[in-house]
Amino acid sequence: MKVVVNFDLCESNAVCMGIAPEVFEVRDDDFLYVLQEEPAEELRGKVEEAARRCPKQAIAIED
Amino acid sequence: MSPIVVVGASLAGLSAVDAIRGSGHDGDVVVLDAAAELPSDRPPLSKQVLAGTMEPAAAHQPLANRLEELDVDLRLGCRVESLDATALRLDLRDGTSLNASGVVVATGATPRSLPGPSLQGVHVLRTLEDSLALRADLLSGPDRVAVIGAGFIGAEVAATCRELGLEVTLIEAASAPMVRVLPVAVGSFVADLHRDHGVDVRLGVGVEGLVADGERVRGVALADGTSVDATVVVVGIGVVPDVAWLDGSGVPVGNGVTCDETCLAAPGVVAAGDVAEWFNPHFGERMRVEQWEHAIEQGAAAGRRLLAADTDAVPFPSVPWFWSDQYDRKLQMAGRPAATDEAHVLEGSFEDQRFVVAFRRGDRCTGVLGVNRPRHVVQARMRLTESLDWAPIEELLA
Repeated sequence: MKVVVNFDLCESNAVCMGIAPEVFEVRDDDFLYVLQEEPAEELRGKVEEAARRCPKQAIAIED
Repeated sequence: MSPIVVVGASLAGLSAVDAIRGSGHDGDVVVLDAAAELPSDRPPLSKQVLAGTMEPAAAHQPLANRLEELDVDLRLGCRVESLDATALRLDLRDGTSLNASGVVVATGATPRSLPGPSLQGVHVLRTLEDSLALRADLLSGPDRVAVIGAGFIGAEVAATCRELGLEVTLIEAASAPMVRVLPVAVGSFVADLHRDHGVDVRLGVGVEGLVADGERVRGVALADGTSVDATVVVVGIGVVPDVAWLDGSGVPVGNGVTCDETCLAAPGVVAAGDVAEWFNPHFGERMRVEQWEHAIEQGAAAGRRLLAADTDAVPFPSVPWFWSDQYDRKLQMAGRPAATDEAHVLEGSFEDQRFVVAFRRGDRCTGVLGVNRPRHVVQARMRLTESLDWAPIEELLA
């Protein structure tokens, strides 16, 4: 699983960080950082949930 | 077996379908919506679409491109006349009926309008069509736009109009903007933010009526005897849940559809989104939440509830969350403070226009609001999801 964020769309709402803090972190500079671009399979549910609830639909999962 | 029928192809309705499919249900699912087209995603309608920085076609709901995968029988332009909740039968406006094995009510809400005849230049904002109609009027170069109501819609529209270079008067009957969701101290910050950007903000004054010039609006008469000249007027005075079709259905209705803590309104009938009032066990109070992410969460919870046996049903606890973009500020809030809760600024300051404020009621934290502080708000939300205790929030943000 590969996590791809479209940073042109991302508005740093940080919803993803609330769902999968292992993978997504919005830092003090208000930018989103992807901590693991290829997270372990057991995080798939959380990452999918984060993608679903992103207000800008900026997160994609490539298998 | 009869299909599950979802009334409303909104974010909440489609999210329910997503959860129903995600739970492995492979029976028929029918989605009905009175609109001729799939409802658009709403957040950009008062911002990017209105400003012209996003193509209208791009404002589609998150699940719109997964309809095929969700395998739904989508029937647009299909209005439900009534429901018999005992028989689980829906009567449609086209004269046909539909038997259901379960019903998801996700009909959303309709904007309130001002009494009186409809006038050209007067707008509400709920649908893509509304947004495009308002945009067309804004592009005609009005001398001034009057925005009635400083809630989410009003505040965001005022900001977008200023960014388009238009003169704006923002009129609010309450003493501060966004009072339905924010304690007054923070509402005052929002008022100042708009004043800083050149908005003529009028607080604590009601609207007497619209002033017309023939068919066209020409201004707004205020209760204090003054008036505002404006050839475009945006009315953002809240919404009414769409429940009229449930009259006599057997589904309890009050402030929207009355649900239990599992989002169940009657046997075989669940509700979600703007239309649903449920008992939120996390806060110990009934609430109806008109927020984007809530529609996704509650839609999913309602979908799962519909499939569950009564003995397996689980409550839907929620710490609601919203964001609102106004100018270059991003307001985000987790929780559900009351107007009277104490507001404690725990990080930053109003002067910096970058801060975190937590709301306190006794030993409880009822919400955390951040302005350009997304990380703090999401972390606070995670804590609030565990418990509403004040101390851990103070510790987190100190």
